[in-house]
Formats: sequence, structure tokens, C-alpha cells
Amino acid sequence: MADYESHSYDVIIIGAGGAGLRAAIEAKGRGLNVALICKSLLGKAHTVMAEGGVAAAMGNVYSEDNWQVHFRDTMRGGKMLNNWRMAQLHAQESPDRVRELEGWGALFDRTKDGRILQRDVGGHRSARLAHVGDRTGLELIRTLQQKAVSMDIDVFMECKILKLLQDAEGRVSGAIGYWRPTGEFISFTAKAVVLASGGVGKSWKYTSNSWEGTGDGHAMAMWAGADLIDMECVQFHPTGMVWPLSVRGILVTEGVRGDGGVLRNSDGKRFMFDYVADMFRAETAESEEEADKWYDDHTAGRRPPELLPRDEVARSINSEVKAGRGSPHGGVFLDIASRRSAEFIRRRLPSMYHQFMELAGVDITATAMEVGPTCHYIMGGVRVDADTTATTVPGLFAAGEVAGGMHGSNRLGGNSLSDLLVFGRRAGMGAADYVEGRTGTPTIDHDELEAVVQESLKPFTRETGENPYDIQRDLQEMMQSNVGIIRTGSELEEALVELDKLVERADNVAVKGGRVYNPAWNLATDLPSMLTVSRSVTLGALNRKESRGGHTREDFPKPDPEFGKVNLVLSQPSGGGMHGEIKISPEPLLQMPDDLKVLFEETK
Amino acid sequence: MAVDNASITEVVLGGTRGGPDVKTLREDKWWKLPLVTVLGLSAFVVYATWAAVWGDSNFFYLPHNIISPFYSPCLAHACKAAGDTGSPVFDWWRLSPALIILVFPLGFRMTCYYYRKAYYRSFWRAPVACAVQDARPGYTGETRAPLIIQNIHRYFFYAGLVFNVLLTIDAVQGFIWPTLHHQLVHGQYVTQSGGFGMSVGSLVLCVNATLLWIYSLSCHACRHLCGGQIRSFSKHPIRHKLWKFVTPLNARHMTFAWCSLFFVAFTDLYVRLVASGTITDFKIF
Amino acid sequence: MADVTMRIWRGDDKGGQLVDYRIEGNEGEVVLDVIHRLQATQAPDLACRWNCKAGKCGSCSAEINGMPRLMCMTRMDQLPAGPVTVTPMRTFPIIKDLVTDVSFNFEMAKRVPAFNPPPAPEGGYRMAQVDVERGQEFRKCIECFLCQNVCHVIRDHEDNKAHYAGPRFFIRYAELEMHPLDTNDRRELVRERMGLGLCNITKCCTEVCPEHIKITDNAIIPLKERAVDAHYDPVAWLGRKITGRKKRSADEAAALRP
Ligand SMILES: Cc1cc2nc3c(=O)[nH]c(=O)nc-3n(C[C@H](O)[C@H](O)[C@H](O)COP(=O)(O)OP(=O)(O)OC[C@H]3O[C@@H](n4cnc5c(N)ncnc54)[C@H](O)[C@@H]3O)c2cc1C
Ligand code: SF4
Ligand code: SF4
Ligand code: FES
Ligand code: FES
Repeated sequence: MADYESHSYDVIIIGAGGAGLRAAIEAKGRGLNVALICKSLLGKAHTVMAEGGVAAAMGNVYSEDNWQVHFRDTMRGGKMLNNWRMAQLHAQESPDRVRELEGWGALFDRTKDGRILQRDVGGHRSARLAHVGDRTGLELIRTLQQKAVSMDIDVFMECKILKLLQDAEGRVSGAIGYWRPTGEFISFTAKAVVLASGGVGKSWKYTSNSWEGTGDGHAMAMWAGADLIDMECVQFHPTGMVWPLSVRGILVTEGVRGDGGVLRNSDGKRFMFDYVADMFRAETAESEEEADKWYDDHTAGRRPPELLPRDEVARSINSEVKAGRGSPHGGVFLDIASRRSAEFIRRRLPSMYHQFMELAGVDITATAMEVGPTCHYIMGGVRVDADTTATTVPGLFAAGEVAGGMHGSNRLGGNSLSDLLVFGRRAGMGAADYVEGRTGTPTIDHDELEAVVQESLKPFTRETGENPYDIQRDLQEMMQSNVGIIRTGSELEEALVELDKLVERADNVAVKGGRVYNPAWNLATDLPSMLTVSRSVTLGALNRKESRGGHTREDFPKPDPEFGKVNLVLSQPSGGGMHGEIKISPEPLLQMPDDLKVLFEETK
Repeated sequence: MAVDNASITEVVLGGTRGGPDVKTLREDKWWKLPLVTVLGLSAFVVYATWAAVWGDSNFFYLPHNIISPFYSPCLAHACKAAGDTGSPVFDWWRLSPALIILVFPLGFRMTCYYYRKAYYRSFWRAPVACAVQDARPGYTGETRAPLIIQNIHRYFFYAGLVFNVLLTIDAVQGFIWPTLHHQLVHGQYVTQSGGFGMSVGSLVLCVNATLLWIYSLSCHACRHLCGGQIRSFSKHPIRHKLWKFVTPLNARHMTFAWCSLFFVAFTDLYVRLVASGTITDFKIF
Repeated sequence: MADVTMRIWRGDDKGGQLVDYRIEGNEGEVVLDVIHRLQATQAPDLACRWNCKAGKCGSCSAEINGMPRLMCMTRMDQLPAGPVTVTPMRTFPIIKDLVTDVSFNFEMAKRVPAFNPPPAPEGGYRMAQVDVERGQEFRKCIECFLCQNVCHVIRDHEDNKAHYAGPRFFIRYAELEMHPLDTNDRRELVRERMGLGLCNITKCCTEVCPEHIKITDNAIIPLKERAVDAHYDPVAWLGRKITGRKKRSADEAAALRP
């Protein structure tokens, strides 16, 4: 057997976004030996790109805000598919998690009396998003990163984990991966593993996600025997850039709408007034006048319809474009120029200003932006226990975007960053508790390790074969057109057939050159997880025969109360990795206790 | 990049660098700005040296009471001769009076953060332009003598303020003209009834003093001392106001540095031309 | 659109050269788009870093026609006609093609004595917007390390790397020194150990910063002035003697842990 670099830790954390960093800080704080592993350099994870803010019911702007309201907003935004316990913990704990960041050096924008300023975004009843201009994610990740560095946490950057390793009893006890800069393999043994590997958006053509969003954590968890839930619930953010083509999909923060931006079609009409669903009618403004009053004083009018949850807005934009009322490049207009002063826009939305100026040559203080939906976030993910983030596999924990349940079928803006903080910390605690109670030294199966290494090196041995970039492109195009924002049964069936073909092609990828920082090889090793995840999403979408939140079926356009009572659980009972068969079964949602149910009755 | 936080404690020096081994790959006109700087600064230095060392006549025009900033305050023997009303404390100094006082403005400008940038780039070529290799191997920056002296910039700033006061007094005096009865001034007999007067020359002195004030107020040391050095603005509202006042000036420090530099030379030249009778200092009233 | 010529440095620590690629260009593209298309078609093993493609993560730093820039924020149509030269950052050791070993920066990050506030009062800290604004400018930093790369102190003088934090970390020190709640005093540390005096304020860091942070004017010069307060100014020294106020030595500042 070849000799690989190997390390041993109490806890390894796969992913150094907000969730991973927060987990590492917690576990390290408990005195454990912790390794933090990430595919990119430290500080470059998706978290850094988050713009709008982090949701926490601190009540700094509207003092009547509290965790119950936040909880209720989150559940209603997720169309009640959420794990209620996660939503509750999230709403209760996020204010403390945000304030704690200030003790580590974060500098949020302030209210006049020196507290953290909060802004509005869709679906939140109150101005709730703590923010720093439109670069909140940067503030969050940098703060956590600096805290982690000051705690001497070991960081393995540009190190990609390929597979989780388990001991004879099935406990997760380590992982195998490779250094991207050298192509050398590296193995870890650990008493506990925390997955914090983020999302899956890279499998779609138009996406706000980077190359990292390949769903490795989702796939690795399932390969190791964990359950995934609600994978069909993928969020298409309503406002991505649509032009120039090369930047299509890049996010335009929801903060633009929170700060007064409105959506117009090619007739100049604020079309969102035509798309207010019954569920939200009572709290949404009926006229432009009423909506405009709301921005300055939330009691003077009801919310503008532009601030409905993302799924509603994305679908409406889609309909407008389909009806031929789109903008020249196939989006709609997002107009803040005519509504706010140039000075205001530059101060509140500096990076949006910059992004449009430099990438599209558009001055957003003078002209409207062209925007359209872009694949953004996956609500579904690894099934976890709310309090400990433990998955269904012993020794494996998951937090952040990779975990499912918190957001139900649709996530509200700002609820992800707070999710990372709340459940990142809980993952650190859960893993630490588990480590303290665990017996025996962890062992890994060296044959299994060797098999992973050999499998991942195969692309170099093929003289001829598929270019991994071609497979990725075909996958993205297929997912975009067949498993996009509006889905139908026949297209989803077709997608499954296509996915089988793509898996076959992936078995035959060939890569040239050496192992040192070889992006083609890196991509080849991403394909198994992309395909596994794509298949999970497609299967979920096919089986959820209703429309709910981020999941919209043209052939079942209404929510179905029966489906509203179940999670769709995916697993691979007989293993097999990317080739393995995925079992899907509906399982009843966790039952919400009566004292929380009351919250929904009162406010009907 | 294989970074294991635990294992690396020191920076490893001497790795192989990527990219072609050339001084620069820039193909734009990066040399233009340093060239202009060299020309501009050289022109000033040549003129100022001439004016200070060999120009110790014609720096004062008595009828309109205007004096060259290079020679103010006039402290040496030569001043009496020129008919200045100042009191030459350095009466024994027989060289050009400009040499006593120019040390201060010169020191102020030599240690100015902007001029440092300008001459480090254009004369010392460290670096001449961004991403262009330094002209010399070995570099210690401002960490040791003589360049460590740059750290006393704030004292030159204080001195600069004193000079600004003096030059302001000069500018005011440029409006208070002496009564002259057939007095020989630079080869001509002048008669005038004194009192308040205004000429182009008095305005030139005003502009000069103003520019020097703005230049000094926009100084980085000034910004620091006004309020930059404190941690919490909200606890020091007055210093915060001061800081807020000088900050936008500071952002244009380079512009003021050049404007005031050229205007000082121009003022000297103007006084000189008037005093020598080459041009007439046009009287406004 | 017409074809473009990309002149890209290919190689590793054993050497390399500029290689010309011809490829079609599309409207509105940035350099990174063209590099990606090259990877997908002609040069699958061409190494480069990227993440956000929107100037937010600071991964895609390189040198374009000799100037340090983000590849994702450099539009092809704003470059002069002719071949576009793309080379790796010069200051850091090469790994491969456009990817360099930037561990120097992470090392310097570890040397920063972290933020050290007093315990939080009930309901969290209170800070005025005017007090956080200066620090917020520096916290816009996306850690692209272009400023570190362009800084001649280490770009042209390798040995200085041993004791030079560089502009990215000068803004970090400035941020902490300007933080209304911080209780450490890192002035002597920055002067003595972090090489503040090596910077000759020639402002290339400011010129290349994609976040338009006024690194030199707002961070380095204020730090230099603070170093004067703490070390060079005789009147300030006298003031300390009289009032009994102390400054922290480099050792004390480095040892202070929250
Ligand atoms: C453009 C954009 C804007 C957003 N704006 C907001 C917002 O305003 N508010 C909000 O609440 N949310 C926002 N989100 C969503 C939010 O940022 C993400 O959901 C969140 O950051 C995910 O954090 P995470 O810690 O779970 O994972 P990520 O930040 O995605 O990090 C994943 C980590 O896992 C590592 N990793 C993955 N696979 C492997 C592997 N195989 N081996 C080793 N390491 C691996 C990666 O390198 C990375 O470090 C936004 C997202 C995007 C893309
Ligand atoms: S100003 Fe100082 S830190 Fe910035 S590039 Fe120049 S020498 Fe380096
Ligand atoms: S200061 Fe600017 S140039 Fe330097 S690393 Fe930060 S963003 Fe990049
Ligand atoms: S005069 Fe230029 S910085 Fe002080
Ligand atoms: S890819 Fe993120 S800055 Fe260029």
C-alpha cells in the first residue's frame, strides 16, 4: 500500500464557509484538536459572496420584533415544510450569534443609538437583516476566519475531500482527499466529522454559485449512508444578472429591493402587484402609493409585493418573460435609479454599483438593471437532528447549506447566514459532545482508502475519453432546461435518462497533464458528486407531485396538503456511489408542539 | 497551497517565481508620470536655487510692500539694504538671506508624504512605476538613517504653520503701502502717499499665502493631529469635526503640493520682475 | 466578435514560457471568461484560481499586460488591441501557470494580535457609525493580495518577506488601532516587527486595490503617524513621562490574547 500523508484529529470539519468556521471555533473552544479543510483558499467560500445581510430578530429597528415572529416568517416562507425545531432554535439563537461576532471584530452598520442596524428583505415581517452595506458575507467570513486563526486552528486549504471513511461499526472515522496544489493524497482519521460543504448550484447553467458548489458534502453523506431530505427544493433567486451573457447568473442582492428597488416589465409596469398569492394578500400593499409609504414607516402601509418570498418573485418574473414582456436580454427591469438618490445607492449598495459598472457598463444610479432568476441555494440537504446536527450516521454531523430541514421548501433572505452561525455552533457542540462520549480510537479501512485513490486516478490512465468540461456543460444545460425553475413530469423523467447517460460518460473521462493543480482533473473528481446530487434533485422533483416553495410543477401547479405533511427522504441503502441506486420515500414531518402551532392560528 | 497552520511558523524565503524574468511586462506609458515629476521638481529646484543663492537683490518692492516668499521673514543683512522694515536678527549673515529660512519650507516639503512618494518614484526609482522592478538591489526603506529622519515631518509641519503666519502677514502688508517722497527704488524715483492700496502683486501674495495654508492643512500629519490619532470620534466631537474638515483637503494633497510649489516660485518671480522694473505691478486702487 | 490572442504564462517551479492561444471573443467578456473557455477547449490543465466571478472573493488575481488585476473584473474590450498577456502574480512562489503559493499572506495573518475588546455589556456593544466607518473601509478587503504582490518591498527584495506584513496587513493593523473598542496597542509592534518603516508610501498598493481602499492615505500613513506618536516624537515621549501613560512594547502587544 502506498504511503499517504496522514493526520489524526478529534474533529475534522469539511468546509470553511460560515458554518465550518463557526463549528471549528466551537469545537476548538472546547479544547479539542480540530482541522478545518476547504477546497479553495481560506476565506473564499460562498459565504464571502453573501450580500444582503444576516437575519436575527434583535428588534433594533422595530422593537416589537421577536423570535416568535421570525420563527413564524421562516416557517411560512418555507411553506411549513421546515423542521420546526431548527426554525425555532434558529430564531431564538441568531441574535446572540450576531452580537457575538462583534466581540470578534465585526463592524456592522449602526443605528443612531449605536446598535446594529437592520434592513428589510423579502418575507421578513420586520427590518431584521444585520448588514454591512452589501457585503455582509465578507464581514461574516472574515470575522470568523480571523477568530479561527487567532485560536490556532489547523487549516488545510485547497485540499479536496473525496470520500468519508468509516470503521467496522459504520461510524464515520475519517476522510480521504488530495491537495490541489500538489495532487498528493492525504488522509484523516477523526473521532467526528462535520460536513459544512455548502451547496450544489454548479450543476445548473445559470447560477450564483462558484465552482465549489458541486454538492460534495451532500453526495459524500449519502454515500456514507446518511439520509438526504427535500432535495427538490432548490431556490432560484429572482434577481441574477442576465447580461452580458458571460456574467449571467451572478447575483443581484435582494437588498436592492429592500432599499426601495422595484421590478418593472417592458411596459414599465410594476407587475408584482398582479402576482400576490392569497397566503400573502393580507399583509401586502394593494397600490403603489401604499407600498411606497411602507419603506419609511412600516405602519403607514403594507409591504410592497417586490418583497414577497423569493420563490414567488422568481416565478412571477419567469411568467412576465414568458408572456413577452421581458427586457431586451430576457429578464425584467430592476429599477432603483428612479426611486433613490445616486448618493443613497452608492452608500447602501456599493458592491452592486461596482459590479454593474465594471461588468455590464451600467450605472445603476442612472438606469435600471436587467435581472432574471438564477440558481442560488438548496433548501434540501442532509437530514440532521436539530439540537446536535447529528446525521443518521454515527460520527457525522452537518451544518450550513449542506444540511436540510431548516428552510423547508424556500429560504428567506438572510436566513442562511444566521443558519450558518446557529447550526455551525451547534455542530461544533454536537461533535464535541459526541467525541467526549465516544469510545476507542478511530480506525479507517485502508483498502477502502486505496480504492478511492485508484478510482480518482483513473482519468489519467485513459488514453482517449471524455473531456470533463464537456460533461459538466451538458449536465448544466440539461439541468437548466429539465430541472429548472418550472418543472414537469415528462421532462424530469427525461432528465433521469440523461443523467444515466452522463454517469456513463463520467465513467470514461480522460485527463491529460500532471496532478499538480490540474483543473481538468479537479473537475473530473467533482463529477461524481454533481451527478449524485443532480439525480437526487430530479428524483425528489419527480416524486413531489405538487408545487411548494422552490419546487414548482407545471403539471401540479397547486400545493397539495398531503405532500405538505411529508419530507421526501433519499438514501442509498446498498451504496454504490455515483452508480448506486437512490431510494426515495416520504416520511412524516416532525410534529410541532401546540404552543408553537398557536403562533400560526393567531395571525391567519 | 499546502498550508498546515500548525507546521508553518516562519515564511519560507526564496521560492521560484512565475512569469518571465523581465523588469516589467507593462507596455503602457508608465514612464510618463515619473518623467513629468522629474522635470517639474528639477525646474523648481533650479529656479529656487538660483533665486535663493544669486537672487538676493530684487526680492522686495518697497512701493507696494511686496516681498518674495523666499526671503520672508527677512532676517539677514541684505534685507536692510533692500529697505525692508523687518529686523534682521541675523545681521552677521552675509550670504543670501533666503538660505536661512528656506531650510524650513524645504524640510517640510522634503519630508512631506506626497513628495516622498514623488521623489522615491521618479528620482530613486524604488519603484519608478507599479509592477516595474526597483532600480537598485537591496532596500531598507525608511527604517534607518538618513531616511528615518522622515519621521520628524510633523515638526516641519509646525514650522510650516509659523511660516504661513508670516507669509500671511506679508500678504496683509502688501495692502499697506509706505508714503514715499522721491525715494530711489531700483533706479527710479517714486513718490506716493501711503495707506491702503491694492495691486496685482498684493493679490499674488494673498493667493500664495492661501495656497500654502491649504497645502499645510491638507498635510497627513495635520490630519493625524487634528483627530486621526484618536480611536473614538464620537467621544471627541470637536476633533472629529476638525478631522472631517481636513480629510477632503488631504485627499487632494498632491494637487495642493504642486499648486503651492509653483505658485511660490511664481510669486518670487513676479516680485523680482516688478522690483527690477521689468514689469509694472498694476495698481488696482 | 473577432478572435483574440491570449499570451499566457504556462509553467511551474521548474520554469515556463509565454504561450499564445487564439480563441474567439464574445461581447462583454472579462479575461477570466476567456481563460475558462480556453480550459474547456484548448488547455484543460491550465491552472487558475477563481470563485465568485464578481470581484467579491479575491481569488483570481494575476497580472494582465503586466499590471496586477482581478481577471474577473478586467473586461477584454477595455484592454488595448493586440495580444493579452496574462502572467501569475510575481511576488509569490509559483505553483503552476497562473496559480501561486500565497501562504506568505496567511503567515502574516497569524502574526496579527487579534481584536481585544472589553467584555460585552448586556444587550451588546454600542458603537457609533462614525466610529466604525474607518474600520469598515479596511474590512472591504477581499484578500486578493494584489497589493502584497505589487509592493516593491517584497516584490523586488525577497529577503524583506521575513519581516514585512505588507499593505493588506497594514490595513488590518490600522483597523484594529482605529477600533473604538479595542484595548491593545500595536504601534510598536507594527513599527518594530511588521516592517512599517519599509514602506516608502509610493502607493502602488492603493493603485491596484480592486476595492479602492485608500491603503496608503487611510491606513499606512496614519500608522506611520501613530508610530511617530509612540516612538519618534520627543514631545509625546515627554507627555508620557509626565502623565504616566504607557505605550505597549512590541512583545506586550504580541502576547496579548483576548
Ligand atoms: C452570491 C450569493 C449571495 C448570497 N447572499 C446571501 C445573503 O445575503 N444572506 C444570506 O443569508 N445568504 C446568502 N447567500 C447564501 C449563503 O451565502 C450560503 O448559503 C452560505 O454561505 C453557505 O455557507 P456554508 O458555510 O454552508 O458553505 P459555503 O460557504 O458554501 O462553504 C463551503 C465550504 O466547503 C468546502 N468544500 C466543499 N466541498 C468540499 C470538499 N469536497 N472538500 C473540502 N472542502 C469542501 C468549500 O471549499 C467551502 O470552504 C448567498 C449565496 C450566494 C452564492
Ligand atoms: S505604499 Fe508602501 S505598502 Fe503600498 S505598495 Fe508602496 S511601499 Fe508597498
Ligand atoms: S487591500 Fe485591496 S488589494 Fe490588498 S488584498 Fe485587500 S482588496 Fe486586495
Ligand atoms: S505636507 Fe505633505 S504630508 Fe505633510
Ligand atoms: S473570481 Fe472572485 S474576485 Fe475574481
